[in-house]
Amino acid sequence: MIRSSIKMAISILLAIFFLGPILWVLWGSVRYGDASFSFQNFSSLFIYGEGISTYIRNTLIVVIITVTGSVIVSLFAGYALDRIKFKGSKLLFIGILSILMVPHASLLIPLFIWLNKLHLGNSLIGLSFVMIMYQLPFSVFMMRNSFESVPKELDEAAMIDGCSRLGIIFKVLMPAVRPGIITVGLFAFLAAWNEFITALILLNDGSKFTIPLMLVNLVRGDFGSVDFGALQAGIVISAAPCVALFFILQRYFVGGFSAGAIKG
Amino acid sequence: MATANPNVLSRKNSMRPSRPKRGFRSTGIGWLFSAPAVVVLLFFFIVPLGYSVVMSTKDWPLLGPDYPTNFPTNYTQISENELFLNSLFFTVKYTAIISVILISLSLGLALLVQEGKQRASGILRTIYFLPVVTGLSTAALLFLGFLNPTIGPMTRILNLFGMDPDWLGTPNLALTSTVLMMTWRFAGFYMVIMLSGLQAIPRDIYESAAVDGANRINTFRYITAPLMKSTFSLCLILILTGGMVAFEQFYILTGGGPDNSTVTIVMTIFREAFSQFEMGSAAAMSVVLLIALVMMNILQLRLVRKDESGDTR
Repeated sequence: MIRSSIKMAISILLAIFFLGPILWVLWGSVRYGDASFSFQNFSSLFIYGEGISTYIRNTLIVVIITVTGSVIVSLFAGYALDRIKFKGSKLLFIGILSILMVPHASLLIPLFIWLNKLHLGNSLIGLSFVMIMYQLPFSVFMMRNSFESVPKELDEAAMIDGCSRLGIIFKVLMPAVRPGIITVGLFAFLAAWNEFITALILLNDGSKFTIPLMLVNLVRGDFGSVDFGALQAGIVISAAPCVALFFILQRYFVGGFSAGAIKG
Repeated sequence: MATANPNVLSRKNSMRPSRPKRGFRSTGIGWLFSAPAVVVLLFFFIVPLGYSVVMSTKDWPLLGPDYPTNFPTNYTQISENELFLNSLFFTVKYTAIISVILISLSLGLALLVQEGKQRASGILRTIYFLPVVTGLSTAALLFLGFLNPTIGPMTRILNLFGMDPDWLGTPNLALTSTVLMMTWRFAGFYMVIMLSGLQAIPRDIYESAAVDGANRINTFRYITAPLMKSTFSLCLILILTGGMVAFEQFYILTGGGPDNSTVTIVMTIFREAFSQFEMGSAAAMSVVLLIALVMMNILQLRLVRKDESGDTR
């Protein structure tokens, strides 16, 4: 009896610790001056720098390219690594996994110079490609495992029916590996939406900034004195899609995290 | 798809060389399908990695017209760079603190929510996990406001008890604040990994221990802890690696201050590159960091494998 009430008390205290900051920021974002409910903080965000809509658009560009790119790249590579026996496949897989070993900081200094040579410096597309590279080990690992769990008889049956190889991938296998595709897309979204350091190093033009960069500039006072109400509203905007996706795609989250424990 | 058991996910198994029952054999088609992945791997990973090694052997000013080779100056200078040595010491200290806190708290959380009334522990699990879904920079910004003496509630609450901490004003409190934020952001993540480790332990082992009259502490010590070994090392490898490359939590919360007391290795590297404009010596530092991390990972994987081969499994 005593044991279970102590346990309950600890559980609740911990819940306050984890939930408290989130509730505080939600509450603060809709309070303005004496008004207990106002969207003034959100509308202030439109006047900082280029306005929040520009930063949301930039972030969405990076997100869309990263998600689409990660899914396409890992769909084909995952298929090849599971279904096709080819020379060097093991080397390729180890090469992809070795991305996990290398700290992003070690890559960013040469990338800063190298992307300029590719004419991808200070560009949202360049940033997106780097994001696809970061996600590559997780995405390919995930898709290879997804294909592995689909019986080979399915391919053979389709082959006998005269289906082409691409037809098999798109019509027969894709529905079967859909959970894997959603997981790859989900984690690519989260990575691209939230990335900070890479965007900080690679983007130097204020009009190309993503949401995290804009918020850090806001707090550094680059747009005049620090407006904490606007910061709170910005945090809500930045966290809301992630929280929403978490509730919608909860089971993919857990699946991805336990498989993605390989993710550094 | 994903399995809940982290033992199955250890790298040893994932890279198992002989996988039975593969499809057809065709090197050309294999590489054709892998081509997009190869392009990404080559252009955005292997080339930059090679570049970084080349840069580290040269005097490479950011805007310099030419880049004379000065090997091994960039490397020998590292050991004389006081800022780097201080940041190395600080990063190791931070990593040690965060490892102990995250491992023990996440294990505690996992034990707390693993049993009991289904519904309540499900809700608690969701609450503890919620911070994980926010981005790291978002979480850092959130704590910047939360700990702010004017608008944040933390200072006001502690004022009631007669305390008036300047959360980011002194070296120790700045470190404490960052550790607090990182704990908030990551405990739920490691709780989930710990949970899948706990769930992988067969029920009947506990049942027979109960029959033998083992109490809770002994059950944990002789059953749970040993069987969780690979889960612990998985968590530890992730936390250690993450700690050694810490950057944005400090960049956003403390800016390396006060008085450069919270400058991490990665922050030093970026300052060398983008404030001192010494790309060559920054590259040398990042190569050293990379080698250190790879060695750390290999060492730890070796230890895990040794344990596993000792098992009856």
